[in-house]
Amino acid sequence: MSFPLLTAVAVLPAAGAVATAAVPAAQRTLAKWLALCVSLATVVLAAVVLVRFDPDGDRYQLTESHAWIADFGVRYELGVDGIGAVLVALTAVLIPFVILAGWHDADTADDEKTAETPGRRWRPTQGFFALILAVEAMVLISFLATDVFLFYIFFEAMLIPLYFLIGGFGDRAHQHGEEEASRQRSYAAVKFLLYNLAGGLIMLAAVIGLYAVTADQLGEGTFSLQAITEARANGELDMATGTERWLFLGFFFAFAIKAPLFPLHTWLPNAMGESTAPVAVLITAVVDKVGTFAMLRFCLGLFPEASEWATPVVLVLALISIIYGALLAVGQRDIKRLIAYASISHFGFIILGIFAMTSQGQGGATLYMVNHGLSTAVLMLVAGFLISRRGSRLIADYGGVQKVAPVLAGSFLVGGLATLSLPGLAPFISEFLVLVGTFSRYPVIGIIAAATIVLAALYVLVLYQRTMTGPVKAGIEGMADLRVRELAVAAPLIALLIFLGVFPKPLTDIVNPAVEHTLSDVRQHDPAPDVEAAK
Amino acid sequence: MESLIGLLVGAPLLGAAVLLCGGRRLDRAGHWLGTALAASSFVIGLLLFADMLGEETEQRAMHQHLFSWIPVNGFQADVAFQLDQLSMTFVLLITGVGTLIHLYSIGYMEHDERRRRFFGYLNLFLAAMLLLVLADNFLLLYVGWEGVGLASYLLIGFWQHKPSAATAAKKAFLVNRVGDVGLSIAIMIMFTTFGTFAFGPVFEATGETSEGKLTAIGLMLLLAACGKSAQVPLQSWLGDAMEGPTPVSALIHAATMVTAGVYLITRSGAIFNAAPDAQTVVVVVGAVTLLFGAFVGCAKDDIKKALAGSTMSQIGYMMLAAGLGPIGYAFAIMHLVTHGFFKAGLFLGAGSVMHGMNDEVDMRRYGGLRKYMPVTFVTFGLGYLAIIGFPGLSGFFSKDQIIEAAFAKGGTQGWILGSVTLLGAAITAYYMTRVMALTFFGEKRWSETGKDAVHPHESPKSMTIPMIVLAFGSVFAGGLFKWNESFVHWLEPVTQFEHGHSPLSATAVTSMTVVALVIGVGTAWLQYGRRPVPAVAPRGSLLTRAVRRDFLQDDLNHVALVKPGEYLTRGLVYVDHKLVDGVVNGTAATVGGASGRLRRVQNGFVRSYAVSMFGGAAVLVAATLLMRAV
Repeated sequence: MSFPLLTAVAVLPAAGAVATAAVPAAQRTLAKWLALCVSLATVVLAAVVLVRFDPDGDRYQLTESHAWIADFGVRYELGVDGIGAVLVALTAVLIPFVILAGWHDADTADDEKTAETPGRRWRPTQGFFALILAVEAMVLISFLATDVFLFYIFFEAMLIPLYFLIGGFGDRAHQHGEEEASRQRSYAAVKFLLYNLAGGLIMLAAVIGLYAVTADQLGEGTFSLQAITEARANGELDMATGTERWLFLGFFFAFAIKAPLFPLHTWLPNAMGESTAPVAVLITAVVDKVGTFAMLRFCLGLFPEASEWATPVVLVLALISIIYGALLAVGQRDIKRLIAYASISHFGFIILGIFAMTSQGQGGATLYMVNHGLSTAVLMLVAGFLISRRGSRLIADYGGVQKVAPVLAGSFLVGGLATLSLPGLAPFISEFLVLVGTFSRYPVIGIIAAATIVLAALYVLVLYQRTMTGPVKAGIEGMADLRVRELAVAAPLIALLIFLGVFPKPLTDIVNPAVEHTLSDVRQHDPAPDVEAAK
Repeated sequence: MESLIGLLVGAPLLGAAVLLCGGRRLDRAGHWLGTALAASSFVIGLLLFADMLGEETEQRAMHQHLFSWIPVNGFQADVAFQLDQLSMTFVLLITGVGTLIHLYSIGYMEHDERRRRFFGYLNLFLAAMLLLVLADNFLLLYVGWEGVGLASYLLIGFWQHKPSAATAAKKAFLVNRVGDVGLSIAIMIMFTTFGTFAFGPVFEATGETSEGKLTAIGLMLLLAACGKSAQVPLQSWLGDAMEGPTPVSALIHAATMVTAGVYLITRSGAIFNAAPDAQTVVVVVGAVTLLFGAFVGCAKDDIKKALAGSTMSQIGYMMLAAGLGPIGYAFAIMHLVTHGFFKAGLFLGAGSVMHGMNDEVDMRRYGGLRKYMPVTFVTFGLGYLAIIGFPGLSGFFSKDQIIEAAFAKGGTQGWILGSVTLLGAAITAYYMTRVMALTFFGEKRWSETGKDAVHPHESPKSMTIPMIVLAFGSVFAGGLFKWNESFVHWLEPVTQFEHGHSPLSATAVTSMTVVALVIGVGTAWLQYGRRPVPAVAPRGSLLTRAVRRDFLQDDLNHVALVKPGEYLTRGLVYVDHKLVDGVVNGTAATVGGASGRLRRVQNGFVRSYAVSMFGGAAVLVAATLLMRAV
């Protein structure tokens, strides 16, 4: 048996989480460095996965398969395809930056004093970084699992560490004081939990339903993605139309909450607003991607006909998300909530691309997941640096920052330009691919979605204008520019945004064959250009 | 030689990267580095030009394929360049005028502590503009297109501490983005129609699709062109863009960026030629903007805003010519180049005047400056003579050709267009004479003593030399281009050329142009040259006041877009909070009986939640183990 590389990728941060949590209370710096080193080691393992992955090889590679709960056909099955591979890479790459950006987020004022108190049990720093690594491990397993039940367990389990990250380590910047902040934080954490649990419960019903169908038709129930798609392809498994649609809806509902799709999005602005900036990045740039990823892998892969049936409604909801998220972003007064609504708009684009059912749409949606992760990370983390200096999330409290902190303002602008998909930066490529992929099948939707790039420019530039330009506001004078640690967060991410905007080929080479497989799952072909169709 | 094409873009791009990331170490030499890289791009352009002249007329286009940019199944975008006569013309204009303006900025921005960054942005602009004219496909052109928009945003808002500058920059970017939507839709239609958006294959295949599709593409391209070239209805950003430092107004908002729309239409000639309806719209947009800009130019007291109105109007001429098809493309580009010289010269002259007048822009506070700034006066004066079309100077040849082509459009349309261009010529002569008279002639309306004391003086050499060079261009370029129709022959392989058949003879058109010129100059001279000018503008008629406010464009935008938009977003924020959130929460509460718990949590019982969460997880694990045991 070869080395279980995929298991190792996920186990490493999990083990790191346990080790970090076990660091004694007095050694909080050690805990930070430990977490950072583990996350960097995970990047190395993820890189090995990318290198070992052969884009022209089998659909799922580096597979591992072990019996787990034999009586219910549950297996421990891992495998990586092109789409999973790039998302594993995204997750692994972002976590070190999340850790580095959150370096002081879990420090408490009385830390120095209590650190010396023997027998102190609550160790916030250790907990914070251990929870981040735990989320990473679970997200990675979700991207790698090819067994539906295995996926489901981690899809749900990651709510636990996230709940504590949101509720326990909130943003201290709150205009109504510490007590109100804590109240808002709890509300956000519980809202996050209830929304996602509700989705998860409905999905659980659908998962059980899927098992029942396979048990009925194949004689032996299974959760194996590959087994089910194969059985569907060769006709052994033939779901009744109604059954397939119900099961699809069960899965889709959970993913649409996670993604999040209008009108199930309202937990995200609370969660992102109240948590610290790095945790907000963890949520929107990493965890939410599991939702859109799962739509591609499970909704389309397991229920192709139902996916086609649901397409019109999903497309309309995605389009509403795009416009609605952008309009609400324009109306926000809180920097972090503004970024949250912008993300909702962007998730609309991703879902639009997935359900456009074209190579450009789905390839673009996959790249979009990666690029949105990077661009939001830059914008949100730099916003976090800004907020930590002034102690306020309100846009109105800022003004003229570029005068006192030009590097901070510049990094923020680049993050903003990436968010509005400026050509030359990575998000442009994915957004244009989604638009063109949508347009080739649904011209009207494509045109309306394309028009929203004006709104994106509006919310980004208004945010920049109000916070960074103009005369220096009271409370801004003497604001420090980016420190070395903060620059070490922003600069590499910006470099990645530029690199992938100029040369995305390394990603597209991996993604293209996987998209072809997904399209063949749903038995769709790209529409031919008019000129060729006429011939 | 082909391998040099990439360096045209690469040199200024490198400059931008080094200057913007280099930090304060480069403060002392940064402006020279930026200027040197702009100049090296110009030299490379000259080398390629010499090489191109050595080739047969039809063999002159060069190509360079750098790498595959976005390879996705069924979708192919490359980073590849195409340098033909049309691009070459732009390359020389952009790098030539660009280098001069770099040089000028060394002096103009001398006392600005952020000069290094200014040069970084200028380099970035050159790189983006060169990418725009060198791209061999529409998607790469789009990168240059928005890159130019970004550079323009950064430069207009260069003095970000001024709220007005920051607002103007944002406005320019937003209005341009509306145009960009057009470009992206045009590319999408091309992709679904032809399966590609590379110039060559698209232009070859225009015959294989319907006129409706081509018209749609043409109109979307026109929308894009309107944004970048400040044509009606997307004109509103250009006047505000004058908030940027004056060299920026000269480079971006007169000589290069705003001409990108004309480039786009001319480049896409094959599409427009097959879509006459789209062409008609182009012509109408050009004609309307021509008059719009000219009227605005008459009403402004701010010297830069008067020149901005003029720019809009002159680009209207170019648009109109480009909309005429093969009888007009070459003249559109010819006017574009001569305009590049004299408008850049005029703006630099305006900057020189402001430099000597404590950054005063109100022409009513100028007067009699010819004695104090002789070099500025002469170079500005030559630019003035060129733009009004004084016989023998650059603008005369290029504008005359457009007027002739407009008549040659034929039928009623031809008469209307011809008359509009003639009227435009008269108004141009009027407002430019007004600028000239208010600034350099008459009584001085400023004082050398008191609290608003100014001491007008000639600008340093680094500023006057570029002005002198541009003045030479303003005088001779037109004649050179007209000589043996050399410019038309040069461009013909790319843009094609047909002789228009004007109902009026060339002599008749020229005579009428000269008459229009005399009327315009005479009226303005009587009004502003002969009579003393009040230092405060008279209230003016309702019309005058409307024109001063740019035909109420901003008021209209405010009422039609800004206000409703604000209400909409505010309303949606409320709806999202109360309705969407409320309904979803409510449903969940009803279904799950969670409302009581929610309330409890809001009262602060978070811990109980932690416990119940762990409880849930424990149940899950237990169930799993149990199943296993069964």
